[in-house]
Formats: sequence, structure tokens, C-alpha cells
Amino acid sequence: MPLETKIYQKDNRLKLNRVLKACVKDFFGSHFLAKQLATRDIRAQYRQSYLGIIWAFITPVFSALVWIMLSVTGTVKLSDTGIPYPVYVFSGTLIWSILKEAINLPTSNTNAARSILTKINFPKEALILSGMYKLFFNSAIKILLLVLIVILFGLGFSWSLLLFPLVIVCAVLFGVTIGLFITPFGLIYTDVGKIITFGLGLVMYITPVVYAIPQEGVMRTIMEINPFTPMIIVARNVIVGSNPEFLSYFLSIIGISFPLFFIGLLFYRISIPIIVERLSA
Amino acid sequence: MENKEVLIKVEGLSKKFCKDLKTSLWYGVKDLVANIKGNKNDRLLRNKEFWALQDINFEVRRGECLGLIGHNGAGKSTLLKILNGLINPDAGKVTIKGKVGALIELGAGFNPILSGRENIYNNGAVLGFSKEEIDKKVEEIIDFAEIREFIDMPVQNYSSGMKVRLGFAVAAQMEPDVLIIDEVLAVGDVSFKVKCFNALEKLLERCAVIIVSHSMPQIARICTDLILLGGGSIVIHEKGGLSLAIENYYKLVGNINSAELGNGTLNVSNILINNQSDEIIDVLYKEPLQLKIKLNFKTIIERLTIKVTFFDVEQKPVAQLSSFNDKMIIEPLGNEIWITSVVNDLFLNVGRYTLHIVIRELIEGNKESDILCLLRSARSINVIGNNYYSHAPCLMAGEWNQEI
Repeated sequence: MPLETKIYQKDNRLKLNRVLKACVKDFFGSHFLAKQLATRDIRAQYRQSYLGIIWAFITPVFSALVWIMLSVTGTVKLSDTGIPYPVYVFSGTLIWSILKEAINLPTSNTNAARSILTKINFPKEALILSGMYKLFFNSAIKILLLVLIVILFGLGFSWSLLLFPLVIVCAVLFGVTIGLFITPFGLIYTDVGKIITFGLGLVMYITPVVYAIPQEGVMRTIMEINPFTPMIIVARNVIVGSNPEFLSYFLSIIGISFPLFFIGLLFYRISIPIIVERLSA
Repeated sequence: MENKEVLIKVEGLSKKFCKDLKTSLWYGVKDLVANIKGNKNDRLLRNKEFWALQDINFEVRRGECLGLIGHNGAGKSTLLKILNGLINPDAGKVTIKGKVGALIELGAGFNPILSGRENIYNNGAVLGFSKEEIDKKVEEIIDFAEIREFIDMPVQNYSSGMKVRLGFAVAAQMEPDVLIIDEVLAVGDVSFKVKCFNALEKLLERCAVIIVSHSMPQIARICTDLILLGGGSIVIHEKGGLSLAIENYYKLVGNINSAELGNGTLNVSNILINNQSDEIIDVLYKEPLQLKIKLNFKTIIERLTIKVTFFDVEQKPVAQLSSFNDKMIIEPLGNEIWITSVVNDLFLNVGRYTLHIVIRELIEGNKESDILCLLRSARSINVIGNNYYSHAPCLMAGEWNQEI
């Protein structure tokens, strides 16, 4: 059997499509490593905690509760959302928290693996995949909670609910794709991560997370352009079984995200040596 | 040996680093962007950069073991990182054939909260094993590490020795074609060290190995070739021999500062080795070594003994010259005397040795009493003139013959 040959030199004189092929191969080939890393992190996380999975959804639940309070007490006047407000706000904050985690996932997972990254050569794509496994695990808990709330408010079960996991997978793909392009810069400058956290906090207000899109005005235009809007809206429509709005926008974003995801992965792959060089201690 | 395949080939390899963090990070961002476009230009030094490695060339065949030695910052670890594919070179080319295994960090991927057994899977996965492979080897790993009793205990409660045992046990299961080792051999207690060495020697036979170490006995034991790095370039590259590079390594590594202690009754005012007074003196293997020590007395001492201990580079005592053992009791004849001692055949092998001198008073019943004077690292000798290098510091001359 001929031995596999590795060549390291300054520029990647290899053809781009070959690197991409290797990248995709490593992404799907590192399933075991990714699963192992994900179970390691999840186990360790729960073994050292009594409240366990509660931490997965405590932030979105509480921010939803705050908005419910504001709305019920009449502190803020919100326009009609079409569905019971608690369902609206819970679904909004839970989906938003998944999206936020997805964007931060490549950076945080790579950062956590810094010590092995600088010493051992392993498929870096596994870090992204393991992060996605972890995210799906946490999201599954959130989805169950959400289904419970939907039934509790008597919205009943609709068949479209079965599509919900698929929508979440799409939303995660979208989020991770954004994250992949940010990560190399985020690993070099900590400012980048801070800007993202700060920025996402603001973007939430131009996304229909806790209130509906207004009927008219500048805000309506902004919210309609915002690519996060279709993610939240479509996911919510699927849960309550109403007619999906923004469907074509949603589908085109996912359609673009899919190839971009692999380009992002490629960018991530070729960036890691530069990052390791700058950070290795 | 010659016809075995070349597994590692390094041609004109160079790597630059930046001295300043802020600038380094900014260059990082620039490189990220340039990388996308496919940076084909020659890389020149930018402001605040320096060559950490420059124009390195060598090749290693299967069954060969190349040792990398040099002072701290000579570029050894950088070279290993490039060979391991962690960072990319700035010029030149590395070609590696076959599966690469790295013994650089033991126990990578361990999570302290999880049990030893779970961490075998974590570590194994990071090292590139499949689940089936680990399933098959897990018992062997536990036995090798000799920690069956504690295997289901969280790793955070392990002693550091147990952790490296487990880490090494997992790593030892690799079946690489190319093995990269960075000073991880000194793990655990003596019995485990022996075990590690045996496991390694088994690997060495079928691998091309590159090892970084500061321990010359270790290097001498396993290496076939040796590269002495200095300031990022190859100073000496020896194929099939080690003594020249090791000799030069000892000359390169810094000298140890001497220190004098004592109760003030006497001091050593001069030391001559083979009539030379330099700090470091080259002496020839198997030739006589003459030591002359000048003593100045402040108070009268009736009888004394002198001991000279030879320490190797790892600060281990390897030989001693003792007037007491040679049945010589010194009864000073004046306030200023020269003590001479001659060793007829110097049996220390090539390398650097430091001399520590202790002078003690002899009291009744020929018992050694107070230390009058203690000189640490008084002088150093460089033993040269022997081509045979062994990891043992002393070479005895034997008379050999055979009978039927």
C-alpha cells in the first residue's frame, strides 16, 4: 500500500478543489472524534453541576418572563402578535439563543481547544462538528420545552411541528457559517468576540424576538431586510402551524449558507496554522 | 540501511517569528487575508521579525532516529511544529510519507472531571484512533499504565505521575511511520521510565524518528544521526555518529556560575588544570589530567583532605578524586601551598564536566570534620579526543580475548 504523503510549504500550491475535498472529507470523517469531544464536554458539564440542564435554557426563559411581565403589567405596549404572547416570546428567545450560540460556536470551541491545537495535529473540522453536536443536544432540550409551552397554551399539535428540528438545523447552519468567517479574526483579537456579543445584543431589537414587526415605518423595512428575521419567523410559524411568511427569503438564505458553510470551513482550515503560530505558547 | 525509504524530507526550510505581540497579531490578520489569495511572493522579513529557522535541510529514513539538540530558543520546537503540520513554513518544503505520530503532549484532550477510562477514549480520539481500535486496546492501555485500581476515578484525583503514565500508555499504542518526540521521555518513576524506553525502542525499529532532548545520555542511546541547532540554523549535522555534535553542544550551553563557601580559615587562590587557568579547559580522553590547587591559610590547620567531584551536564556526580581515599593526608607545610594531583588515564568520556572542590579538616581518629572551603563549579573540563560516544560517562579500558 502506498504511504500517504503530506507536503508542508508556504503557499498552498495544491489545487483549491483538492483542499476543499480534503476539508469536506475531514469534516465528515472526524465524526468519532467530534462525538467523543462533545460527549466529553457534555458529561463534564453535567457531572459538575446539580441544576444541570436548567442552565441550557435559564437565560432565554428569564428574558421571556421579563417581557411577559412588562407586557402583562402594561409597562410596555406591544402590538398584537397573532398568537398568545407567552408562546410568541418564549419561542422567540429560545430560537434566538440557539442562533446566538451557533454564531459563537466556532470561536468558543476553538478557544477551548487551544491547548491541544498548538501541540497535536488532528482534523480541526472536528472542533466545529463537535460544537454542532453539543449545540443540537442543548437545542433538543430547548425544543422540548418549547413544545411543552405550545401545548400548555392550547395551541394544539400541528404536523408542521415535525419540520421544526429541520428549521433549527438550517438556522444553526446559518449561524455557524457566520461564525466560521469571524473565528480566525476572533482568535487573534479578543475585541472581535466582544463586538459580536455586543452587536448581537443590539440586533435582537431589530429581529422579531420579543415583539412583532411593526405595520409600517423605517423599523419595518429594517426588520424585513434583517436576515435573522426569517429564521425566527419561519421557526415560529412551524411551531404554531400557521402559514409560513418570509419562506422564500428563508430558503434563499439557507441555499446560500450551504455552500458558504464549506467555504467557511475551508477558510477556517487554512487559517488555523496562522492562528497557532501567533498564539502558541 | 541506505536503501530504506526516505520518510521525512526537509528542503530549505525557513520560518520567521515576530518579536512584538501587537505587531505579530496584525501580521496574523494580514497573513489570513494574503492566505486566501494564495500568497506566492517570497517572504521577506518585515519590521520586528527574525528568522527562527533558516535554511534547514535533512532527510530521515525508516529505521533512523534523528536527534535535535541545541540551547533553548535554537528553534528545535519550532521545527517539530512544522514537521507536525501545526504551523506552515515561510520558505522551503517538508515532505512526510506515512502516518505521523507525535509524542509532544501526553494526555491531550483529558478532562479532569472524567474517569481514566473515559479519558482513554478522549485522548485516543485526539490521537486519531477509531472507536474500534480503542475498544480493542483499552485493556492493554490500562495494564501498561498500571492503574487498573483507579481507572474509574476522575483524572483530577490522579497524581501527576499517574496522569503521564496513562497519557504515555495511550500514545504508545500508535503505529506510526514517522514519530516526533519532544522531551516527554522523562516521565514517571524509574521503573516506568524503563518501560517507556522499551516501548519506544520497539517503535524505533519501524519508524523514522525525530527527537528533541536536552539529555545527552538519552540522545546517545537512541539516535543514529544528530543535528545541533544554533540560532535557527544547523551548526553540525552528523550522520551515523554523535560525538562531534555532542561535544559542541556542551560548548554551546551556558556555563554554570561558580560559588565559594567556607568558614574563612582558608581560600583557594588558584586552580590549574594541565597548567592552564581558563574557566573551561579542553582535556584529552585517556591522557593524564593534572590538577593543581593553591591554598592560602588564614589560621593554622593541622590536617586536611581535598575532594574533587566531577559533575556532568545534568549536574549528576559521575566521578570523584579524594585525597582521603588515596591515603594522602595533607599536613600543610606553610601558609601558601600548592597541592597537586595527577590522574593517569582520564576515563571520562567526551563531554563537559564541572569540578566541585571540597576541603575539610581532619580531626582525631581521621574523621572528616568542618568544611573549610567549598567551591561549586570551580572549573569545567571538556573531554575531547574520542570518537566513541556512549551514554555512560565513564569508559573503562578492558583487556579482551576469546578462548575455545
